[in-house]
Amino acid sequence: MDEVLLAAGATAADLAAARMQMALSLGWHIVVACLGVGMPALTLIAEWRGYRTGDPAYRLLARRWARAMGVLFAVGAVSGTILSFEMGVLWPGLMGTYGEVIGLPFSLEGIAFFIEAIFLGVYLYAWDRLPPVPHMLAGIPIVLAGTASAFFVVTANAWMQQPTGFDEVNGRIVAVDPWAAMFNPATPPQTAHMIVAAFMVAGFLTASVYAVAMLRGRRDRYHRLGFLVPFTVAAALTPVQVAVGDWAAHFVAQYQPVKLAAMEGLFETVAGAPLTIGGVAVDGELRGGLEIPHGLSLLAHWDPNAVVTGLNEVAPADRPPVTVVHLAFDLMVGVGFALLALSAWAAWSWWRRRDLPRTRWFLRAGAVSGVAAVLALEAGWTVTEVGRQPWIVFGVLRTTDAVNPAPGLVWGFVLVTAVYAVLTVATAYVLRRMTRSTPVPAALEDSDVDSFKVV
Amino acid sequence: MALADVMLAVLWLGLTAYVLFGGADFGGGFWDLLAGDARRGAAVRAQVEHSIGPVWEANHVWLIFVIVMLWTGFPSVFAAVASTLYIPLTLVALGIIARGAAFAFRKVSDEPRLRRLFGAAFAFSSVATPFFLGTTAGAIASGRVPPGIAAGDLLGSWLNPTSMTTGVLAVGVTAYLAAVYLTLDARREGATELAEGFRRRATATGVVVGAISVVGLAVLRTDAPALFAELSSWPALPVVGMSVAAGLVSLALLRARAYLAVRISASLAVVGVLWAWAVAQYPVLLPGVTVEAAAATDAVLAASLGALAVGALLLVPSLWWLYRIFQRTAPESSRTVAPPRADTR
Repeated sequence: MDEVLLAAGATAADLAAARMQMALSLGWHIVVACLGVGMPALTLIAEWRGYRTGDPAYRLLARRWARAMGVLFAVGAVSGTILSFEMGVLWPGLMGTYGEVIGLPFSLEGIAFFIEAIFLGVYLYAWDRLPPVPHMLAGIPIVLAGTASAFFVVTANAWMQQPTGFDEVNGRIVAVDPWAAMFNPATPPQTAHMIVAAFMVAGFLTASVYAVAMLRGRRDRYHRLGFLVPFTVAAALTPVQVAVGDWAAHFVAQYQPVKLAAMEGLFETVAGAPLTIGGVAVDGELRGGLEIPHGLSLLAHWDPNAVVTGLNEVAPADRPPVTVVHLAFDLMVGVGFALLALSAWAAWSWWRRRDLPRTRWFLRAGAVSGVAAVLALEAGWTVTEVGRQPWIVFGVLRTTDAVNPAPGLVWGFVLVTAVYAVLTVATAYVLRRMTRSTPVPAALEDSDVDSFKVV
Repeated sequence: MALADVMLAVLWLGLTAYVLFGGADFGGGFWDLLAGDARRGAAVRAQVEHSIGPVWEANHVWLIFVIVMLWTGFPSVFAAVASTLYIPLTLVALGIIARGAAFAFRKVSDEPRLRRLFGAAFAFSSVATPFFLGTTAGAIASGRVPPGIAAGDLLGSWLNPTSMTTGVLAVGVTAYLAAVYLTLDARREGATELAEGFRRRATATGVVVGAISVVGLAVLRTDAPALFAELSSWPALPVVGMSVAAGLVSLALLRARAYLAVRISASLAVVGVLWAWAVAQYPVLLPGVTVEAAAATDAVLAASLGALAVGALLLVPSLWWLYRIFQRTAPESSRTVAPPRADTR
């Protein structure tokens, strides 16, 4: 009976289940991972300011962020582990052949993650055992290693977009240049885009918690600083991200034109291509979108009459799903510009009056900026990953040929989904309880800071 | 020695570290599970939480390290193992999530109801996870994972006498190591009574794990005769002997309350099991697949090993610092365990 199932290969349901499981576990991990990369830096800034000024507001912020970080890092570590299992459990066809090609960045990521975990253990648990300066110094490797981890992992994904650095003969890898594979053409724009995104997500998400508190009337120094520190970091990076995003889009236009065509819903190769915002792909054309004449040619190639490759250049079997990729791309770009506007508003107000905008609308926008940044993050990953389909390794290996042909993947997906549903509820509940159970007094004193336990 | 052999040795060293450090963290959960009701078990649970809190995440990274080394160094073996054993491995991954998340959640929760709920999830997954991971070891050891993608029996590969034995053995080993390590931790905190409790647990589990190992050898003899033949002859036999001797010495050291020395001897007993298996099975990784045949290209092996060598320069002092900070007696102010008790010895 086994032979029959094997000969049949993976069913469509199992393939869909494998893809959904990967999307769920990666999409979940990526949010926590961004907090894991960004929050140590925010915490260190607060701790450093607290050390320099003695201000209890900064000092308490640092402790409370560290406590939340401890929980998030644990959840991030374990939700990242399942991904390395899934690489083989779900995609043995990818790993069995190309595991060695992308092995180097994962080895380096392992080292970086190790450093991160070690120094996080020291940073959190030795908060009151180490003097302030060595303690802050122990925090720096967390930031560096976290950023390095993100870099290494994304280089492996970049390789899946631009596979280089190996020779294959009859389905067998005969020669590998692991450094060339790691530093493939997609690596610079993709890693830069992701790392900046991580700090933006962490910044806006943390700031949004305090924006909500301020809307509820907590306008004291503690809450203002809790908003200002992470918001400033994220807002400063937002224009950088717009520039990096533009670079990444130009890269896709040059190296993965079919993906760009899906992102923009462009079915026919044309000169002076319009930019279409919104719309749904129906019967080989995009319907219901708003067209900006020559917009796409201008944006993708800096020339209003440039020829832009359409989906018609490749066989229908080689095209990614258009509607999902196109709408995800529009969502990401839309949110990115909204966050840019919010950042500019705050900067203008600060420049004019050394204060945040007075209107409650600013805080309302700040309160949704965290969720918005997460949406942009997820949308961006959807563009990257769904836009690469039907390939798992672009132009080299199809997703259908990489999936585990064993029966029953659907049930694995059901089980993983159930566990993640519980995990999501528990994480949200615990983080909420943490802020509620030890409320911040209106008039902060040093004793409030010292009695707050980090772990 | 070929690069592939170096890679395999490094991978196995990583697995050894994972079993000795990460395994003991799972064992902490085992004792949490058996600690009794909230009142009686409070001291044990507090000690477990206190001991594994700062280090479990770093210890957990060894597993990631092993997985990555496997797919980098022996990609086709990784694909064969992961695809055939996808059911127990998915359960392991979910167990790891439940264990780590529940542990972190319990630590910051103050409602007793929630603490019990997270505690139960932590303790249960601490036992289930090593069991399923152990079954996969049995699957490979008994030659039930053939080369090729999902080429083995999806159920029979890990539901068989050898896998059941290795699953139970894995749980026993984690419990044993945890009890041994916790004796010293408890004594350092001045909790002599607690240390005595862990000493009794360590002795009992030492005997039980020894018995499981003997049963395991009998199972191997009928279920995996080829491996048994290798284990009972040169060069694996001396390693088996070393493991047995270290186990017996550990019992004596526990009796003498030599808690630091027993950490080393108990670890050696466990290391002996792992390395005896490795020596017995070498150079075959999967049926018909040798190290040489499965190895990645030399360029990959050299780059990864080189990166690890450089990484080790950063990691070794960092790890040493981490353990050093938390193995020193805590200053009074940061002592979070049950209040110090009078030394009754």
